Amino acid sequence: MNKPDYAIRIRDLVVVRGRKLVLDELSTTIGAGSVTGLLGPSGCGKTTLIRCIAGIQLVKSGTVEVLGEPAGVATLRRRVAYVTQASSVYPDLTVVQNLEYFAALMDRSASDVVTALDQVGLTACRTDLTGNLSGGQRTRVSLAAALLSEPELFLLDEPTVGLDPVLRRDLWKLFGDLAAAGHTLLVSSHVMDEAARCERVLLLREGRLIADDTPDGLRRQSGQDDLEQAFLTLAERAGHTEEPNAVQERQAS
Amino acid sequence: MITKQSARRTSATAKRVLQQLGHDRRSVALMLVVPAVLLILFKYVYTGNAALFDQIGPQLLGIFPFIIMFLVTSVTMVRERTSGTLERLLTTPLARGELIGGYAFAFGSTALLQSVVTTAVALGPLSMKVNSVWVIAVFAIVDALLGTALGLLMSAFARTEFQAVQFMPAIVLPQLLLCGLLNPRPEMAAVLRWISNVLPLSYVTDAFTRARTVQGLDAQMWRDLAILAGCLILALGLASTTLRRRTP
Ligand SMILES: Nc1ncnc2c1ncn2[C@@H]1O[C@H](COP(=O)(O)OP(=O)(O)O)[C@@H](O)[C@H]1O
Ligand SMILES: [Mg+2]
Repeated sequence: MNKPDYAIRIRDLVVVRGRKLVLDELSTTIGAGSVTGLLGPSGCGKTTLIRCIAGIQLVKSGTVEVLGEPAGVATLRRRVAYVTQASSVYPDLTVVQNLEYFAALMDRSASDVVTALDQVGLTACRTDLTGNLSGGQRTRVSLAAALLSEPELFLLDEPTVGLDPVLRRDLWKLFGDLAAAGHTLLVSSHVMDEAARCERVLLLREGRLIADDTPDGLRRQSGQDDLEQAFLTLAERAGHTEEPNAVQERQAS
Repeated sequence: MITKQSARRTSATAKRVLQQLGHDRRSVALMLVVPAVLLILFKYVYTGNAALFDQIGPQLLGIFPFIIMFLVTSVTMVRERTSGTLERLLTTPLARGELIGGYAFAFGSTALLQSVVTTAVALGPLSMKVNSVWVIAVFAIVDALLGTALGLLMSAFARTEFQAVQFMPAIVLPQLLLCGLLNPRPEMAAVLRWISNVLPLSYVTDAFTRARTVQGLDAQMWRDLAILAGCLILALGLASTTLRRRTP
């Protein structure tokens, strides 16, 4: 089989949720073996885009291709891991019970559980009830459940939100190591600083991509050193070609 | 097609659900003890009217597993839907049938345990008379599974655990009124009897009433069992269609 050199290819993706146009003719390609950041303010459509790639979002039109197959087909369920924004593990199970369950679903062994616990630094809490952990620890349990399946593609929805700086640095290092080992990671965040950790950054605003570049490229494009400022400049520029509220207005008409 | 992996995913799901129950000792205690206590209460409410308890007692043995499994399953499943774990499970190789199978196995075996405790209390201290104990067990499991299946189904219509609890009176109470527990079905007004004919709990009550006098399974009980199995399959089928992978 011919392996495509991209992990995700999206063409003219349109998603409507409720009565709102959430993704507006979005197209992009994400290369394999890299860490790509999906950045943008809360409500801009990051989770929706990730759900499309995971194959669990009903889309209006457009195509999403993942690892050479249409998003959502059964064979991708072993190759793609989706870690939702809210930690989707069972609060009434211990950490290790949670991981053993997900290991069984992915046909993995007890030693994979041990490795995953170590990767997220939770070995000491293995027998704690997940519901008694801090928010950041629960997020890491959720992440560990994805790690142990060793997927080709990780879809991580705001995995570093609410973590202290040291943990955040450790996780970004882990993401880099995974990419170096050939995995592809799409990591969303609404904190612009995190863009600096990615090889490539997709800037999303009101359902449209306003930039798709390396962090340095974003700085060059905008003429701003600070990435937060770069986002503001690029968002303003995008606003000149289309009014800020045009997305909703067009939907309403 | 049942593969080794499929069996592993189903049993892992059953184990996970039982582990969740295991961390909630209070619920387990309530599930196992409350029906027996209620039965004792009924016995003493009907002191002086032993014949009535002889009639209602076995029927209650059939009704408890249904109600409790309905409640436990719908609440657990609503939790699974709202916490995002269901969404996550549906992105793994776990098939919908395996998920439902795991739930059915976990709650089915819990119901069996509950039934053993309740029946032991009924036949022992309360000296209730039943001809074939194994018949009670068979119907208790089938009707607990039916409660589980309806709970899975109704969880799709509840947004919160609170709403799920509200379905209990909405779904269960009318069946309780019409199943023949309070008034034998042949004595009901025709319209009510027709309604009771399409409610599964009526067949549970019929079967438990007959279990008191009949040895083993007679033709009518086989019919009740077949109807209940049909309802079970229908409810499970409908429940699986509510587990959609792609959602808006
Ligand atoms: N289930 C839903 N039904 C209707 N609208 C939704 C639903 N989920 C999200 N939305 C809307 O879609 C938009 C994008 O949401 P989301 O993808 O969650 O953004 P982000 O993850 O970037 O914060 C928001 O305006 C939100 O209100
Ligand atoms: Mg989000």
